[in-house]
Amino acid sequence: MAKLGVNIGKLSLKNPVMTASGTFGYGLEFADFINLNDLGGFIVKGTTLNPREGNDYPRMAETPSGMLNCVGLQNKGVDHFCKEIYPQLEHLDTNVIVNVSGSTLEDYVECASRINALPHVPAIELNISCPNVKAGGMAFGVTPEGAASVVKAVRQAYDKTLIVKLSPNVTSIADIAKAVEAEGADSVSLINTLMGMSIDIERRKSRLSIGTGGLSGPCVKPVALRMVWQVTQAVNIPIVGLGGIMNATDAIEFIMAGATAIEIGTANFIDPAVTIKVVNGINEWLDNHGVKDVNEIVGCLKV
Amino acid sequence: MKKYILDLRVVAVEHPREGYALLKLTNDEGTLPEMVPGQFVEVKVDKADGVFLRRPISINRICREANELWLLVHAVGEGTRTLYNIQAGDTLNCVLPLGNGFTTTHPAGNKVLLVGGGVGTAPLLAYGEYLKERGVHPSFLLGGRSAKDLLQLDLFEQVGPVYITTEDASLGEKGFVTQHSVLEAEHFDAISTCGPKPMMMAVARYAHAKGITCEASLENLMACGLGACLCCVEKNHEGHNVCVCKEGPVFNTEQLQWQN
Ligand SMILES: Cc1cc2nc3c(=O)[nH]c(=O)nc-3n(C[C@H](O)[C@H](O)[C@H](O)COP(=O)(O)OP(=O)(O)OC[C@H]3O[C@@H](n4cnc5c(N)ncnc54)[C@H](O)[C@@H]3O)c2cc1C
Ligand SMILES: Cc1cc2nc3c(=O)[nH]c(=O)nc-3n(C[C@H](O)[C@H](O)[C@H](O)COP(=O)(O)O)c2cc1C
Ligand code: FES
Repeated sequence: MAKLGVNIGKLSLKNPVMTASGTFGYGLEFADFINLNDLGGFIVKGTTLNPREGNDYPRMAETPSGMLNCVGLQNKGVDHFCKEIYPQLEHLDTNVIVNVSGSTLEDYVECASRINALPHVPAIELNISCPNVKAGGMAFGVTPEGAASVVKAVRQAYDKTLIVKLSPNVTSIADIAKAVEAEGADSVSLINTLMGMSIDIERRKSRLSIGTGGLSGPCVKPVALRMVWQVTQAVNIPIVGLGGIMNATDAIEFIMAGATAIEIGTANFIDPAVTIKVVNGINEWLDNHGVKDVNEIVGCLKV
Repeated sequence: MKKYILDLRVVAVEHPREGYALLKLTNDEGTLPEMVPGQFVEVKVDKADGVFLRRPISINRICREANELWLLVHAVGEGTRTLYNIQAGDTLNCVLPLGNGFTTTHPAGNKVLLVGGGVGTAPLLAYGEYLKERGVHPSFLLGGRSAKDLLQLDLFEQVGPVYITTEDASLGEKGFVTQHSVLEAEHFDAISTCGPKPMMMAVARYAHAKGITCEASLENLMACGLGACLCCVEKNHEGHNVCVCKEGPVFNTEQLQWQN
């Protein structure tokens, strides 16, 4: 049994495997399939200051080796999370991380500070990269200045581990990563979904209610890996890698590219128990290769 | 109800009509999990070009003595075509049981009308059997474009009276289910419906006008089937998006925006 523990800022994870926001509900949806305490952590649904209805149906289109979604951050707001959901999660022996979104700087700050008050949420993942909402979301995440402004404001209101989730829909993701590092982010996670489209030619209509959506699943993995590798070279803070991870081999690729931890998203839909298989698979690979500690292979990639 | 991921073995495959496959599945590891009619299964479809997500399929029949679960599949695309071609002896990886299911609290002696169209009749067989076992009286009103669209009629007839409409008059009365004479001739305490959305909406309007409780089983596009992704939503009467896979697929039609 190799050592699987890793650290992201002040946060320690029993293993590098977490789940991606918006694909794992509040974790409870998966409790029949896995023991949530076996995860390094899980990241709950995108949470905003006020309740959001999200976009109209249809919100999903299957694509070759992946899917598009335009859910649009449907959630009942941060107070609902604190009152109704948090009490069901606070006893878990794993890291429950909240994905925080907003449309204005003030919203981000207020939402983050309310989460700051929850003793058993040791970190937030700041979503400055949602492609499916009109105002805010990705608007902050596509320029270094925009990204820096949110992180600076939230950093003042939030004193626990701050992970910033980056958008791949940019020219230079490394520049954005540097900008958020400079404002005090403890970690960056990448990638959020890639903007895409799908068209029903018989109806001459988009398959998604708002025209575009975010692409996820194995089809985005090569792009995500490349970005993790580029960001590794640009920043000194730990990186959380995600995008298309389906199995332990994929996860190890991200770790070798420079990710200290990884998140699994869309794969949970195909196999609701995939996360535990990835934890076991990483352990097995390390044992088979005589590696005593997963940290030894973080960023070990030789090009 | 606890959910499971199970490798179910295909015991037999029947093709009741061109384009339809009845898959009889069993669990070699033990008894099938507890489940109720109206719930569904997310089936993993292997070796199908371009099929990435699981496919939701309703529970067609639960045979406890034989430890069998039946799925009735209409081949409409690559995923369902691959399921259509599956062979006895193959295994299907299934996540089940999912969703809420039909009403289980009708008092014995009540008369419940189950209205189905196309492959939407599939869950009504399991539900009819369930009701009958509990002393509720199910009747079936089944519609199709033509006689060849109606499946498992022999099994429905063993459970309760069957009324049929076809658009081309090849079987039963000509027209749509909502035009069948039984709706005038008899009184029903409640209606459950599953099938094409326009049909279900017409049934819901009929029930609303008559003041009869009505529930419908929706077939929105799904990604996870677990209530985790929020891709499958339908607007409820208050204008909120509700999850069809978890809070449904069965909804009281008064709780949906179907009246206008
Ligand atoms: C809760 C639920 C229960 C269902 N029960 C059954 C069942 O018992 N038997 C059965 O044969 N089918 C059932 N369906 C529908 C079935 O899931 C779809 O037909 C299937 O997903 C299509 O996959 P495909 O790869 O064959 O087709 P695709 O290539 O994905 O699509 C082919 C065509 O089918 C349409 N389609 C795709 N998904 C759906 C859907 N969910 N509902 C309606 N049309 C769709 C597409 O728009 C397209 O026109 C159910 C769906 C749901 C949500
Ligand atoms: C249905 C769906 C909903 C999502 N919702 C969110 C969200 O609320 N917040 C967020 O930061 N990312 C969200 N994402 C993006 C994922 O967290 C993840 O970044 C992306 O899907 C890539 O990883 P994957 O390929 O492993 O799924 C969502 C993705 C999907 C498929
Ligand atoms: S399909 Fe994912 S929430 Fe319903």
